[in-house]
Order: sequence, then structure tokens, then C-alpha cells
Amino acid sequence: MSGPEDFKIPLGPQHPALKEPESFSIALKGEKILGVDIRLGYNHRGIEKACESKSYLQAVYLIERICGICSHTHSTCFVQGVEELAGLQVPKRATYIRMIIGELERVHSHLLWLGVAGHEIGFDTLLMYSWRDREVVMDILAMVTGNRVNYGINAIGGVRRDISQEQIKDILAALKTLRERTLYYIEIASKETTIIERLSGVGILLPADAIKLNAVGPTARASGVDIDIRRDDPYAAYSEVEFKVITDNHNDVYGRTVVRMKELLESYNIIEQALAKLPEGPIAVRAPRKVPAGEVLSRYEAPRGEDLHYIKANGTEFPERVKVRAPTLANVQAVKKMLEDRYLADLPIVVAAIDPCFSCTDRLIEVKDLDQGETKILDWQKLQQLSIKYNQQRGLDFTAAGKRLQRLMEK
Amino acid sequence: MTSEEAIVTELTNKFHVLDGKTQVRRPRRIFSEVAYADFRPILDFAKDKLGFNYLNMITGLDEGDNLALYYHLSKNNAITLNIKTFVTKNNPVVKTVTDVFPSADVAERELVDLLGFKVEGLAAGSRYPLTDDWPVGEFPLRKDWKMKGEV
Repeated sequence: MSGPEDFKIPLGPQHPALKEPESFSIALKGEKILGVDIRLGYNHRGIEKACESKSYLQAVYLIERICGICSHTHSTCFVQGVEELAGLQVPKRATYIRMIIGELERVHSHLLWLGVAGHEIGFDTLLMYSWRDREVVMDILAMVTGNRVNYGINAIGGVRRDISQEQIKDILAALKTLRERTLYYIEIASKETTIIERLSGVGILLPADAIKLNAVGPTARASGVDIDIRRDDPYAAYSEVEFKVITDNHNDVYGRTVVRMKELLESYNIIEQALAKLPEGPIAVRAPRKVPAGEVLSRYEAPRGEDLHYIKANGTEFPERVKVRAPTLANVQAVKKMLEDRYLADLPIVVAAIDPCFSCTDRLIEVKDLDQGETKILDWQKLQQLSIKYNQQRGLDFTAAGKRLQRLMEK
Repeated sequence: MTSEEAIVTELTNKFHVLDGKTQVRRPRRIFSEVAYADFRPILDFAKDKLGFNYLNMITGLDEGDNLALYYHLSKNNAITLNIKTFVTKNNPVVKTVTDVFPSADVAERELVDLLGFKVEGLAAGSRYPLTDDWPVGEFPLRKDWKMKGEV
């Protein structure tokens, strides 16, 4: 029978804070986390099975809807696999356009993340400003592709829309603004003591653990693991542009912030290079309806890390099997490690720091206090407020930082 | 000799069962096929001796009488080694690889839920990705499984 202290507050199924459902069960001893069990799968929609009854062309649109943030990631990963199976020579101009959209997508995703990270630590001014700046890149994506999300730019054999000279001018102007803003955020992140103190030493993932747990993307790179599919297994036109793979040795949430901010600058460089040497010519070749039997492994560096598609063709116009592994799934084990023996108040920012996309994050948190024998269910908002209050008591209050940011932005 | 060919040579020298079953299909893509009884020593060798320290994904396939598995490994994030193995559909039992690749945990739970594999040695934990009230014995990624009820 339940005691008076033993209560549960059910929340959902609609998500109250972060817009994706999954569930954490956390064993606690006082404030310390002893272990975490993560229940995923709330957003399983059977897309892999559905692909088997769709034509390759239809599957492109289905696959693009795996994720709202990295839709171009999935559609590119899929079409380049199908093109390899069909032996198609995709025109150079199309591969450049795919790369440009891919980097614009990374920019919007990283700026979105910066805002979420700011929000999770109670620095909402940062959220407001970074999301305002994100609108610059969203407008560019809408102008070039016709859509803010789910761009629909990819086709098997190329892309569906060309980029005009006028659009190039607009993209370059937008990049100028974005670079200025990003440099400013990097300055904030490197000088603002409240940010440094709040994020440093939180969510530690040592390099050996990152490799052992097969972490990917900025999560791995912020633990000094120098991996990036764009350089290591190049696709689209990445072998024709120069860029640095950003790594950092902080091994914590602060490092993950630094990596993402510096990656933004690299994305701007890549887009500028691609626009400067955008090859002339067609943007697509005709693709066959039937794809010859065979199998392929396609890889793509998504904003969150490696996206992986395995495609098996049986000679018909329907795929025999499509298997997708999105980067968040690769980083789940790393999150458990990051939370071990840490404080409950650090959970929101540690989970947010892998930039989770469970076709997104949580619905409810089950907290078991082993000393008291209690089980409580907290929603993300309550946990976040607990985290902010806890850290305010330790002197990590973003009110002053927010005001400073606002004053500087008004100048 | 390219690095990929050198890897194939090392693999086939060590494991003769891989002779003629291992090919470089394109740069950075090695595909291999092996009976399940011979699989585990090859996985261990690839990780410990050849430097394939990432298990990027496990793909399960329904191939009629057999259920097949692809273990997609990578080395230096560049060369991928895709090892295919299979068990019979009547007795689809495999051993966990989470002892060497902890990241396989979710992938193996997915094999259990979607294709009906039995994974020996997989730690207790919540299922993935189907719902807790999903009917027993229904494996949606099997080819004979059809959607029931209204869509």
C-alpha cells in the first residue's frame, strides 16, 4: 500500500517541455544518481516496415519524416544509398546543393541546441537570442527549398531545386550575420563565468569511455575523439572543400558547447566554399523505378553524429529492407555513463547536451530514493525548475548574465 | 594493396571459412558472410586485432527459413566491416555482444522485439522499441507479418 510520501504524478502522453517522449527511471541516494534506466520507443512509427511497401521514390518522403530537425540528413543518407545501388552518377552541382542544405541544417540544429541548453540551465535570454538568430537560417532554408523543415530537396538522382545567383547573394549576406552572432556567442561562452562554472565538470565522459560506448558526433568530439564522417568517409562534395573537424578535451557539457559553437563557423566556411565553386550543369539524372538487387551501407554526419542506413534491394521497385540507426541511439549508453554518481540537478543539461532527438526527449522521470524507499514521478519542467533552483542556491544564477547579454545586443 | 584489401587478407589468413566470402565492394566497405558458429571469434579478432572498435549498427533480416544479422563495424570511422551471419527461424538464438560492445544493448533489444530473435546474456531491462502491451509472438519486421486492424 502506498504511504503519504509515495506519490506519482502522471504526465503526458503529450509532452510538456522538450517535444519528444521517452522515460528515465533514476535510482537516487540523496541527491546522487546511482543508476539510470532509459525507456525508449514511444515514437516508434514502423517506418522501416512501411518502407518495404513503398516505392523507392515514396520512401524518400517517408524517410525524410523520421526527424523534423535532421530531415535532410535522413533523406540524403537514403538517396545516396539508393543511387549507389542503382549505379547512378549524380551531377556535381546536385552534390554541392545537398552539402549546402546539409550544412544549413547543421547551423539551424546547433543554434536550436544552444537555445535549449540555455533554457535548461535557467539562462533564457540565451534561448531568446539564439532562436532569434536561428530564424535567419530558417528563412534561408525556406527560400532555397520552399520549406522551413522537411525541405523535400532530395530526389533519387539529384536534387529538385537549383540555387540561383540571387539566392547565393542572400545566403552570403545571411552567413555574414550568422558568423557575427556566432563569434559573439563563442565570446560569451568563453568569458561568462556563470556559463563556465555551470557547465564545466558536468556530464563527464572520458575519451576511453566515449570510444568504449561508441559515442558519436559532438558528444564524442568533445571527449577528444576525432571522428567525423564528412572527413573520414566523405559523401556529397565534402572531399572538395576544406574544413576542420572540431574536437575539445574538456570531456563535459562545456566542451560539447564549445564544439558545437566552433562547428558553426566551419559550416559557414563550407557553405561559402561550396557557393564559390558551385559547378555548372544539371541538378539531377533520371532514376529507374526498379533498383537492381544488392545491398549498401550509407553514412552521413548528422548534426548529432553518424546517421547510418542499410538498404537491401531485390530488383523490384520496392526495397527489401531499410534499416536506420540515428545518432541519438548511439549516444544513449554514453548518457548513462555521464549521469553516474552525478547530481539529480545536472540531469536536464546532461541529457540536453547530447542534443537528443528521440524524435525527441522526455515525458516523465521516475525517481527512486533508495534511502526513503520512495518513488516519485517528476515531469521535465519540475526537474528543470529543481535544477535551476538548486544551482541558484550554489550561486549559479543567470539573471545578471542575461541582463548583460541583453545590454550588449541592444548596442 | 589498399588498407581494405590488407584487412581482407588478414581476415582470410586467420579464418579460412571467410575465403571467397569476404569482398571489398567499394572503398571503405568490406562485406563478409559467415555461419553463426564461426562468427564470434571473427568479431573478437576484428575488434582486438584489426582495430574495428565501433559497432555502429546491427541489422536484422528475415530471409525466409533463416533470420540473418549484419554486424556493421568501423575502424577509424572510415572503413566499415559488415559481417553477415544467420540462424534458423525455428530457433533464432544468438549470444549477446554487449560484453565487448556495450552499445549493442539497444540494437539487440530491437532484434528481439521486431524480428523475434532470442538474445542470450542480454541484461534485464526495458524492451525496445515496441509498447509494453504488444502481443506476444508478433514480430513486425518479419516478412509474413501484416498490419492488423485500422491504419
